[in-house]
Amino acid sequence: MSKVSITINGKKISCSPEQTILDIAKENGIFIPSLCYHPDFCAKGTCRVCVVEVSGKAPLFPACVMRPVEGMEVFTDSKKVKEARDTTIDLLYSQHAKECPDCCQGNSCDLNDLAKRYGLKKNFIHRKKNRKTYKFANAVEIDGSKCIDCRNCIDACAKIQEIKYLELDRNGSEQEVIPTTDPEIDCIYCGQCAVHCPVNAAREQSQWKEVEKILKQKNRKKTLVIQFAPSIRVSIGEEFGLPYGEVVTGKITTALKKLGFDYVFDVNFGADITTVVEAKELVERLNNKKAVFPMMTACCPAWVKYVEFYHPELIPNLTTSRSPQIHNGGVIKSYWAKQKNINPKDIVVVSIMPCTAKKFEASREELFIDGISPVDYVITNREFAKILRSNKIDFAKLESQENDDVMTSYSGAAAIYGSSGGVMESALRTAHFLVCGDNKSGVCSERIEFTEVRGLTGVKEAIINVGGKELRIAVANEIRNAKKVIDNLASYDYVEIMACPGGCIGGGGQSIPTTPEIRKKRMEALYKIDKGKKIRKAHDNKGVMDSLEWLENNKIDHKILHTTYVKRNKNK
Amino acid sequence: MSNILDKIKKAGLVGRGGAGFPTALKWEAVYKAVTHDKHVNCEIIDQKKIVCKINKMAGPDTIKNCYVVCNCAEGEPGVSKDGYIVANFIERVVEGMKLAIEYLGAEKGYLYIKHYYYEENKNRILKAIKNNGLTDKLKIFLKPIEVGYIGGEETAVLNVIEGNKAEPRLRPPYPTTSGLWERPTLVNNVETFYNVSLVAHDEYKGERFYTFNGQVKHKGVFKLAADLTIEEALKATNNYPNFSFFVQVGGDASGEILNQKQLNKIATGAASITVYDLAKHNPEKLFLSWLRFFKDNSCGQCTPCREGTRNLVDIIKTKPINWKVFMAVIEDLAVSSFCALGGSVPIPIKSYLANIKDIRNK
Repeated sequence: MSKVSITINGKKISCSPEQTILDIAKENGIFIPSLCYHPDFCAKGTCRVCVVEVSGKAPLFPACVMRPVEGMEVFTDSKKVKEARDTTIDLLYSQHAKECPDCCQGNSCDLNDLAKRYGLKKNFIHRKKNRKTYKFANAVEIDGSKCIDCRNCIDACAKIQEIKYLELDRNGSEQEVIPTTDPEIDCIYCGQCAVHCPVNAAREQSQWKEVEKILKQKNRKKTLVIQFAPSIRVSIGEEFGLPYGEVVTGKITTALKKLGFDYVFDVNFGADITTVVEAKELVERLNNKKAVFPMMTACCPAWVKYVEFYHPELIPNLTTSRSPQIHNGGVIKSYWAKQKNINPKDIVVVSIMPCTAKKFEASREELFIDGISPVDYVITNREFAKILRSNKIDFAKLESQENDDVMTSYSGAAAIYGSSGGVMESALRTAHFLVCGDNKSGVCSERIEFTEVRGLTGVKEAIINVGGKELRIAVANEIRNAKKVIDNLASYDYVEIMACPGGCIGGGGQSIPTTPEIRKKRMEALYKIDKGKKIRKAHDNKGVMDSLEWLENNKIDHKILHTTYVKRNKNK
Repeated sequence: MSNILDKIKKAGLVGRGGAGFPTALKWEAVYKAVTHDKHVNCEIIDQKKIVCKINKMAGPDTIKNCYVVCNCAEGEPGVSKDGYIVANFIERVVEGMKLAIEYLGAEKGYLYIKHYYYEENKNRILKAIKNNGLTDKLKIFLKPIEVGYIGGEETAVLNVIEGNKAEPRLRPPYPTTSGLWERPTLVNNVETFYNVSLVAHDEYKGERFYTFNGQVKHKGVFKLAADLTIEEALKATNNYPNFSFFVQVGGDASGEILNQKQLNKIATGAASITVYDLAKHNPEKLFLSWLRFFKDNSCGQCTPCREGTRNLVDIIKTKPINWKVFMAVIEDLAVSSFCALGGSVPIPIKSYLANIKDIRNK
């Protein structure tokens, strides 16, 4: 495609006519503010915050949809632009809650940042202050008093997931985002609405306050354990200005110890447990002529909720294996509690998850062990950042610390759980071992990397040889892609589904912004961790195998490692 | 009948929905979009007729090729010519649509019409469709009452027909290349189709429909020469007031305000002329009625219109009026709005302040 020449604020730029002015400006270091634009969606051009002046034209044009033509002269900061833009942003800013002390974005959402940048004063009446907050289970909520009607939440729900749980009610200034009353549609708690909201109106139902309260208790009687998910280590740094995809495992350990948690555990340990349990089940199914196929992963709680509500007929397909955070919590409250001689009831387990649906998962009674939940609190990556900020911990400057607590060892297979395809790849590594043992010749020739299941593609398919058995596999991320796999179910033997784009690295509890480019960097970082590990297979993690053996010897392996699913009605 | 497009060009027809876009250009744009479409193979026969065959290999959504929509859903207060045309010339309108459908080889035509207009003229409309042999091709689509003024905006009409929320679409793509179900679509006003029919029979005399309102003796719709000045139009209908007055031209909400000395120009937009008594009117009440109309009819998509119109109503109701903030919002609407609804809010306000009285100084 031939290039065109334009000027932006007098600067000569050669660009492709396919690009938008917003992208061209960004590439050339020229700031154009925007709110409703998100690279995951087609530009809507509705917030009108990114308007620019084009010489010779009376109206302003939104840079997010405007494309260059030869000789175009664009101005991003003319008097006309400034005046209109300030009014537009103030109109929105006036509809956003006055104070945001509890905001996980620390008073620095996109809108507040712009208002500060342009010195806006809220000249208009806050008509939305009495708007309702809609809560979806214990996972997600939408606060109408903060909403600026950008509709990104609706796009996330309808276009990424094709769930369409969020709707627009009424018109004009009366319009409001509401959950649908359609009895056939329910929320899956994925939180994609939240991670796409520029003003924290759609957000997690936070638990950081409860966690802080326990942290600050004097003479705390309970043992406070914190565990963090595979993908947190490649994204929390972003909250403190570190580059996208920088691995900060050691800093997380330092920060959590500094905050006062008694023990810092790694959900990667739990991921290795999950892999071993799930791979075992896969091999068992393969050896059982009556077994249900395809077997499907179930470590994504939004996907599990989707199956339970929309496709209960697929419940027998789901692996009975619990998820990494629940495995880890269960092992902490049994195996580890025994070793430490602590009553499991006196242990509080907090998870840091890139996910909102994990909050719902932790409250599932099917997962309780002797009446208590393996995990007591779940906070998102954003809530973690909020706690760090409120405790004035300058995360970026922290030293890295080796974690010498038990249950922190992990294989490379665990590290990649945060990426779409990671669970499948880990399970295949171990399934191969379960079928072939130490035999590495012929059909058993060893394979570690399964690159065909990696990457951000919506549906990835392959035929994989596991010790002479040909497995037809599919890996999908985003529910809209899961639907394609469900429509074609007879073609597969083993299926991995993650509800969020790219898997947990694009989760609903991740740092904002989360864009295709950022997801890619986080994903690459996970595979880098895997590659750098000496142990790449879950079953080679000695700590994991020891704990599993202990559970088996004590005959509690089933109740700690496996679960059941139920057909769910709306709002249940 | 010789080439309809040539006749339209020769007559210089322009769209009568209000924007005045040259009709021939629009028809040609749709024609080109259809013929360039990879899903549809079109042949031009004898330079007159286009025959399109659907390329069945291209996928299931190619069953459709292109559409013709007649917009008969005027929603602006003070404009009632669409209803008048339906009541008096529906046969001609349907013929105009038929010419468009034939010219483009369109899959279907939609008569997008206000409920009330349809109910009042149901038998005549159905008869006209039957007489033109369009029973299978031309569908009647009743404009839902709740979609209001914005439900008449060209691209909002397309959304409504598709079953979506009544909101204007981003342009480009224009309906001519991507309209109904992303297919090339010709959307013309009911008066435009009427004129096409006249042109086809060489009966077009360069006239248009005016609506007279307000403090006039003879309210209603009149057919007069399209190039009359406002003053001439008032006089021709014996509506020229004998008191001091001003007019609003092109709609009682979005129309421009002109004083008695400014009537030497042609009526624009939907050609409504509403007369106000200069001595008896209340400017703030007038402003409020405009602004309330815009607020109630804003679709809610873009910030300046959704938030701006609402705040303008609040500001004008709160004494003393904060004119500085008021005008900042007006300017924002003028340059930043998504569609013409928001963009037209400043028109009556600014023209009143400039042409009648600057009430900000009182």
